Formats: sequence, C-alpha cells, structure tokens
Amino acid sequence: MHIAEGFLPPVQAAAWTVAAAPFIIHGGRAVVRQVREDPDSRLLLGASGAFTFVLSAIKLPSVTGSSSHPTGTGLGAVLFRPPVMAFLGTVVLLFQALLLAHGGITTLGANAFSMAIVGPWVGYAAYRLVGRLGGGLSLAVFFAMALADLSTYSVTSLQLALAFPDPETGILGASAKFLSIFAVTQVPLAIAEGLLGVLLIRILRDVAMPELVRLGIMKDPAAPPAQDAPHDRTGA
Amino acid sequence: MRRSTWITLGLVAGIIAIVGFALVLDSSRSGDDDRFIGTDTAATTQIEKDNPNYEPWFKPFFAPSSGEIESGLFALQAALGGVALGYTIGALRGRRRAEADEVAATADDT
Repeated sequence: MHIAEGFLPPVQAAAWTVAAAPFIIHGGRAVVRQVREDPDSRLLLGASGAFTFVLSAIKLPSVTGSSSHPTGTGLGAVLFRPPVMAFLGTVVLLFQALLLAHGGITTLGANAFSMAIVGPWVGYAAYRLVGRLGGGLSLAVFFAMALADLSTYSVTSLQLALAFPDPETGILGASAKFLSIFAVTQVPLAIAEGLLGVLLIRILRDVAMPELVRLGIMKDPAAPPAQDAPHDRTGA
Repeated sequence: MRRSTWITLGLVAGIIAIVGFALVLDSSRSGDDDRFIGTDTAATTQIEKDNPNYEPWFKPFFAPSSGEIESGLFALQAALGGVALGYTIGALRGRRRAEADEVAATADDT
C-alpha cells in the first residue's frame, strides 16, 4: 500500500497531506493524553506500535504469485481507538519513507490516510459491530485486524485510480485494475493477519487483564461472568 | 493438552497453511518471471506502463542501492519491532508476577 515517492501528482499529494494532517495531529494529542491519564497502559501502547512496526516490514507471499505486507493497525485501533493509530501508523510510514525509501515524503499523506486513518477506523467499526452482534473478543479482533488490512489496500487502489485514470475506462476501470493488484493479493494475507491478531489478544488476555479491563476491552473477571464479550467503553 | 493450547496451535497452523499454500501453488507455475513481486512494485510498474509520460517529480533522499541491503533494512525494522513487542509482553508478565507476590506478602502479614 506504499505509494512510491513522487508517484502522485503534486496537487493530489498535497490534498492527501492536508486531509490526513488533522487526523495525525489529533492522534498525537490522543497518544499524549493516553499516556498522561493512564501511565500503566504505556506497555500496551508500545505493544500496539511495535506490532504494526513488525508487520509492515514483513512481505508475505500470496496465492496470486505476488507478495504484500500486512498492516497490523487493527490491534491498536481496538485497544486505544483509531486516533492513536493515526499517529503511530504515520510514525511507521515516516520511518519507512526516510530509511528504506519505501513509500515517500510526498506520498506520506496519502499513505497515512489509507494505513493510519481509514484502516484503523474500519477495523474499529468491525470490532464494535461484531461485538454488538454477540461475537466474542477473538472474533471481533479477527475481523478488526483483517478488515483494517484489506480496507487500507482498497483505499490505496482508489487513490492510485484517482491519480492515474485509465484513458478508456476512466477512474472506474483504473480502480478495478489497481484493486486486482492490491486487494486480491491481500485477501489471504488479511485472513492470516486476523489469525495473528487473535493469537496476540489471547496472549494479552493472559498477561494484561487489568490493563484490558481499564481500557474497556474486557469486563472485570471478578465481576459478573461472560467475560469474553467486548463491551462499550465508558465515555467512548 | 488444554483446550486453549489447541486453539493456539490451530491459529499458528492456519497462518502457516495460508502462507504455505501460496508457496505450493507457486511451485506449479512455470516461466522465468520474478516470483512474489511486492504489490507496491507491481502497482508502480503498472503506472509506468500505462502512463509512459509520467515522471516521478520527487526522489527519495536515500534509497538502498541493492536488494540485499534493502531486505536487510526491512529485517532490521522487523527485528526492532519484535524486540519492542517482546519487551512489552515480558514487562506485563513481570507486572502480574509482582502483583501476585504483593498479594501473597499481604496475606502472610495478616
């Protein structure tokens, strides 16, 4: 989903940057507030950032014969809500743009919009929806991870289609073309990422129960049963 | 084994199966094309093919000069993230242990 440096026309690169900036700034404030109000959650915050840092570095082979990397933004979106990931995801993208020449500074806004903004929000929405439909924590996290991943790549496809419409079939035709490159490859990888997310949340449930209770992910096991269902956060 | 251990093993097996299936499927493909090109590269190639007149108007300040160096840097990124993730989980486990000790100590006092 990394649009390469210089591969968006200047006006569009600027437009995506302007669109992404408020989310990222708001996200930076959300991170500071989180650390100040609940210092004990710093370790989980670190885990969320580290998870997306690892996953976005690993390209996995897919059935289409091409390879692609997961995004790992769904977990942090579930634990800390999407604004926090807008900031953490952008930090990861900036690191890759500067040190790996993967993505770019001019395309940072567009890439942040897909990976750090839309992905986490879609993942969080999926988490809430599955929870509301009665799914357990594992199922909700699975869909959050998988759909955050898949939606990120879909947004990238649309961004490229807007920038490079097909001469004959226009933006629609170009969308189909880029979706066939990105989204099809991503489907099995998104499922794998969802499974990995379930693995991690199971580990966190073992080692970080009090923190998860405070974040509103888990109900206090000392209180009533049915502890596997995600429930509404206070003040969310 | 406990049920939760089976679930963990099942999840790991699922991830390996998805990646493994892609590799097995590829071994039946013929041709000398590069295998498992990154989708980011594939998209860039597609743009260059469809829009031969498009000139990228900005170049990275620094770009790894070889594929080997590039994979090394990606491995470094994964390693840094892995260390950080492992540290946080280890620290959380330590926090739980400290809490348990504290509870035990207070229980001894009374």
